[in-house]
Amino acid sequence: MTMLLESYRVLDATGPLGFLTGRILGDLGAEVTKIEPPGGDPSRKWPPQLSLGNRPAESLSWLAFNVNKREIQLDLETEAGRDRFRSLAKETDFLLETFPPGKLDAWGLGYRVLSEDNPGLILVSITPFGQEGPYRDFLASDLEIMALAGVMSLAGDEGAEPMRVTLPSAPLWAGVEAAMGALTALAYRSSTGRGQQVDVSAQVAAMAAVAHAPIYWDLNRVNPERTGIYMTGRTLTGARMRVLWPCQDGWINFIIYGGPAGRHTNRELVVWMDERDMAPDWLKQMGWSTFTVPELTQEEIDRLEAPIGSFFATVTKREFYERVMDRGMLGYPVATVKEIHEDPQLEGRNFWQNVRIPGSDSDLRFPGGFTIVNGKRLPIRVPEERE
Amino acid sequence: MQDALEGVTGVEFGSFAAGPGIGKYLANFGARVIHVESAQRPDGLRTHYPPFKDDKVGLNRAGAFAFWNDSKYGVTLNLKHPQGLELAHRLVEKSDFVIENMRPGVMARLGFGYRQLRERNPRLVLLSTSNMGQTGPYADHPGFGSQLSSLSGFSELIGRADGPPLFIYGPFIDLIAVAFGGIAVLAALDHQRRTGEGAHIDLSQYEAGLQFVTAPLLEYAANGKVARRNGNRDPVAIPHGCYPCREGCWCVISCWDEEEWQRFCIAAGLPALSKDPRFSEVSERRAHETELNDLISQWTWEEDAEKLMHRLQASRIHAAAVRSMRELFSDPQIASRHVWQKQGHPEMGEHHYRMGSFQLAEAPGRVRKPAPCLGENNEEIFCGWLGLAPERYRELEGQGVFS
Repeated sequence: MTMLLESYRVLDATGPLGFLTGRILGDLGAEVTKIEPPGGDPSRKWPPQLSLGNRPAESLSWLAFNVNKREIQLDLETEAGRDRFRSLAKETDFLLETFPPGKLDAWGLGYRVLSEDNPGLILVSITPFGQEGPYRDFLASDLEIMALAGVMSLAGDEGAEPMRVTLPSAPLWAGVEAAMGALTALAYRSSTGRGQQVDVSAQVAAMAAVAHAPIYWDLNRVNPERTGIYMTGRTLTGARMRVLWPCQDGWINFIIYGGPAGRHTNRELVVWMDERDMAPDWLKQMGWSTFTVPELTQEEIDRLEAPIGSFFATVTKREFYERVMDRGMLGYPVATVKEIHEDPQLEGRNFWQNVRIPGSDSDLRFPGGFTIVNGKRLPIRVPEERE
Repeated sequence: MQDALEGVTGVEFGSFAAGPGIGKYLANFGARVIHVESAQRPDGLRTHYPPFKDDKVGLNRAGAFAFWNDSKYGVTLNLKHPQGLELAHRLVEKSDFVIENMRPGVMARLGFGYRQLRERNPRLVLLSTSNMGQTGPYADHPGFGSQLSSLSGFSELIGRADGPPLFIYGPFIDLIAVAFGGIAVLAALDHQRRTGEGAHIDLSQYEAGLQFVTAPLLEYAANGKVARRNGNRDPVAIPHGCYPCREGCWCVISCWDEEEWQRFCIAAGLPALSKDPRFSEVSERRAHETELNDLISQWTWEEDAEKLMHRLQASRIHAAAVRSMRELFSDPQIASRHVWQKQGHPEMGEHHYRMGSFQLAEAPGRVRKPAPCLGENNEEIFCGWLGLAPERYRELEGQGVFS
């Protein structure tokens, strides 16, 4: 079958905050044209880089989210550039942009103008805070967005410095939600014929990362906080539970759960511990079939976790991964990018795709498209030599 | 005013966050979404996942269930009963899409796999979302997002360079998969509208999460370098950190070029910093980043985080206060976007539901109704929408079809 969005055209005038949106639409088969300022997007110089001998190095953080796009350079600071932009926007279904709010209008390229030429145009505007509101003109990179989205307040040791994920993720949250917004507007257009502006706030997009945590406040006036390698909020007693455990060669993620899967996991763990003579008698006698978590006290949790911690210190990440897969237990190793590259599951689903970057003399093992449609993985197409 | 997804209907056979989260978004924009549960084994978020309103456990008092299921219809069906299965098929026949997040293979064993569904509805879009995907050696493995965030590299990439990895709150990775799942469903629905063809989408939450890790995965593939957590530092900006303020609050600050750094030194009232040879240029600042951060912390310590954010922003410097969960409800920017929308729930009373990050100028989404109580819309959906006669409904009810 054809690709899902094969018949659509996308004009992608975004900076890093919107790169992923065009990448996703491109993954799904849309024809995406990336517009860059003269000399290329500044993020093309950002680390990490792929060395290409005597040619300029390629930024891997750029490449990650700009495959499946065609690239052109356009100087929007000139009238000729803006004229070309306006004529390109006539012929497109989606226009993606991350300019500061008001900038397109100031150039005479706001939605009202563009939609006169093209009433079906879907303009997707992605900014840190949205087109309106008291923070709309604030400067914000990933760090500021993650702070104001509340995400950082939940990561870090108790009372200590809040942490962001070391790689920028706010642009990715904004990018996925913007793609969802673009396609929601497309559904509206199919039934009405009318396009519209989609206003995306990266702050609110990143709030997705805190999941339902705000609900503790809303329902019960409990304000969840960061707790390092532990998790809270799963017990009615306020007790915390360990999530990350040191093992022989790194860390593993294991959480004591109730429910059918949790009870099975706990039983299997005790069997495994017993194989190494590391299961205390009282643990072997636990009645797992009625075990539930919400009522546990901190004392009970600490008692359970102590022998489990001693046991985990004796296993390796690989051993753990193989055992949990083999026995249907809950838990995973804390994987590095190297271990992800070596995961048999991803291999078994043809996740990786070898691509050749122009100017490179070897293949690059690229993480594949985000899903499989009718048995076919969304493919990665590398940009050809630039104009 | 017409809703963007008006006239679109979908059924969910799933529980927890990763499946139902998708339907919630679509329902906010006008799709009719029916969340199917078993009354004997309801959604796990109803039964064993706090918070419960006022800490009183109850099937219709679960905050996390409510969070992922507003604006939907809730029905119960016993899929192990032949009449229950038949009714489920009839729901699907009248629908445009189905979302399921059971363990791979379970739907087919129930007589409800893609092949079986397609026979009765050739244009159906089926999204199967699971931890590891529908195929591959570990496809059957069960799991939760709180743990999958570790397998997909996020835990390794958060925390101090010299410290342990950190837990990322809640089902983090499920939320990434929810967004990608929503995208896939919307794209397939558009394709369906244009061609009449259905689609089966196999979404692995693991692989969806890895989309966020693409750059470090490429770095390993290209250069063999294994990315590690590095606190709040950044390879481009400096300073780039989180600094303590008064009353246990925190403020982040980052400077992305020389001019911004100079503005920062002036705005901070620390002109000596810009003249200090340790911080004279980027490479020097990077070599002395710990000392630089200590000096900034000594200054922010006495400051109010909120005022500091406004003051630095007024000088065109990247800065922001770290919001707590409580503050997400008072942040004026979030409030201006009507992200939190109140609904009265029959058992939980008035409480807030969350809208997503995008708004459509012509067809804005909204929270349409509170999350359904268990089986709340059975009669409305089976009699009103599906056309089952009330007597027949009672009869089937007596046979345990809705239990």
